[in-house]
Amino acid sequence: MGKVTITNVSRIFTKEDGTTVHALDNVSLDVQNREFICIIGPSGCGKTTFLRILAGLDFPTSGTITLDDVPIKGPGPKRGMVFQEYSLFPWRSVIDNVTFGLEICGTNKKEARHIAMSYLELVGLSKFAKSYPNELSGGMKQRVAIARALVNDPRVLLMDEPFGAVDAQTRNRLQQELLKIWERDKKTVLFITHSVDEAVFLADRVVVFTARPGRIKEIFDIDLKRPRDRTSVEANIAREKLLSSLGTEIKKAIE
Amino acid sequence: MVVKRTPIIHRKGLEVFSLLAVAVIWQFIAVVIVKNDIFLPPFTDVLFSFFEVITDISAFFKDLSTSLMHFSIGLFFALIIGIPVGIIMGWFKAVNRMVDPLIEILRPIPPLAWIPIAIIWLGFTHLSAGFIIFIGAVFPIIINTFTGFKGVPLVYVEAGKVLGCIRDRDLIWYVALPSAMPSIAAGIRIAMGVGWMCLVAAEYFGVSSNGIGYKLWFHYGIHEMNFVIVYMLLLGFIGLIIDRLFRYYIDRRLLKWRSGVVL
Ligand SMILES: Nc1ncnc2c1ncn2[C@@H]1O[C@H](COP(=O)(O)OP(=O)(O)O)[C@@H](O)[C@H]1O
Ligand SMILES: [Mg+2]
Repeated sequence: MGKVTITNVSRIFTKEDGTTVHALDNVSLDVQNREFICIIGPSGCGKTTFLRILAGLDFPTSGTITLDDVPIKGPGPKRGMVFQEYSLFPWRSVIDNVTFGLEICGTNKKEARHIAMSYLELVGLSKFAKSYPNELSGGMKQRVAIARALVNDPRVLLMDEPFGAVDAQTRNRLQQELLKIWERDKKTVLFITHSVDEAVFLADRVVVFTARPGRIKEIFDIDLKRPRDRTSVEANIAREKLLSSLGTEIKKAIE
Repeated sequence: MVVKRTPIIHRKGLEVFSLLAVAVIWQFIAVVIVKNDIFLPPFTDVLFSFFEVITDISAFFKDLSTSLMHFSIGLFFALIIGIPVGIIMGWFKAVNRMVDPLIEILRPIPPLAWIPIAIIWLGFTHLSAGFIIFIGAVFPIIINTFTGFKGVPLVYVEAGKVLGCIRDRDLIWYVALPSAMPSIAAGIRIAMGVGWMCLVAAEYFGVSSNGIGYKLWFHYGIHEMNFVIVYMLLLGFIGLIIDRLFRYYIDRRLLKWRSGVVL
């Protein structure tokens, strides 16, 4: 199961000098089990804050979040996260990065390696098990980060612009791999992106945030059958709708 | 490409030449100009004394092992106290605010100034010599451990948390400590240098009748400056060897994940 219920979540940061930043304003969203949600919005609108709150790394000023009707009180292995920046532990080899979550949960070393290897195979990097993160390209690092997040078998996978820093070709391949994993494991995914194209290719529903303070502006159902064709007429129409909702600022940023 | 193997004298020609030149000039000044063995013993005297010292293997070994023991005692306590103190200060803000003023008061006191305290507290014992070295070594370790912990990127801590590593103890052990390791290693390296420099002082006040620092003072007392210089040079060589061994060990362990460790 992986049903996420977000009710009236607001987040106001108070800085040391006393000024406040209103990052999220009254966000409510019901995410179904096994749903793939993309979140898109202008930069600085509170997307990362939103995901961090779901991960339990930050807490709302008001409002509630539950996972399968249980309130989220802090970080935990039921919610896996892939960060926007590279977050692999540089002092651990690729395989030891992936086994990390299992080691912490007390899985014995041999079994942990076995499970980790299967996830490395899933992301196509079993050959690099013994390498260190500084020997990998950006796209490879994020694939390992995905394997690391999956290894605890979380109910929800939270991804914060995970492919933002990789080149377009690699990104397309990573998107396809992610969908393959999602279809196989059928997890709930919340995926932040700044790319309309990415959102239309991946999501069941796309949530558009307003500029700060972040509110939900609109939610689009992407009823395209999978596997999707990026160049289809329907995909184009969906992109057009999304783009016009996002407004001209984002349009400029993308093209 | 064919790599031509050249004899060492060609590859290290300039270095060898420079050392030889210093020896010749030294010899010339000592024999022709100074003509006073206490003021400046000739290079050749020092060289013969050097062989005299290192060929008396049992005596040399005793001095070396005594000095290394003093050094190890000091460094051992500096590590088991300095690293935890640095960790706790780096991880818990409140502890830092409590401990930092104390450290700032103690740190500028020169290790030599602690000699009377060492004698009163620990007497004329090996521990007493170790204490002086400890004083020299502990602060670089505390400070570098602390700095390393302060510099742990937040994303590693958060990545640890979302993978189920939530307790402070686990986060420190599995995330912060390895991430801070290059900084801690650099601190240990500085501490070893400072600790070794304190050796001459630590063996000055008569904790034993062996030790390289002790022998230096002993020969000074009987005006054998050629031996004084021999022990000076030995202190330098051994310090260099310790430093190289440590760096070799650290490079092998850290370079795997960190290209270009700043040590
Ligand atoms: N810890 C914090 N303290 C103060 N302000 C913050 C903090 N974290 C985020 N913010 C602010 O909240 C706003 C939303 O940030 P973020 O969620 O990172 O946006 P996005 O991911 O959509 O680009 C930004 O203006 C940012 O400066
Ligand atoms: Mg962001």
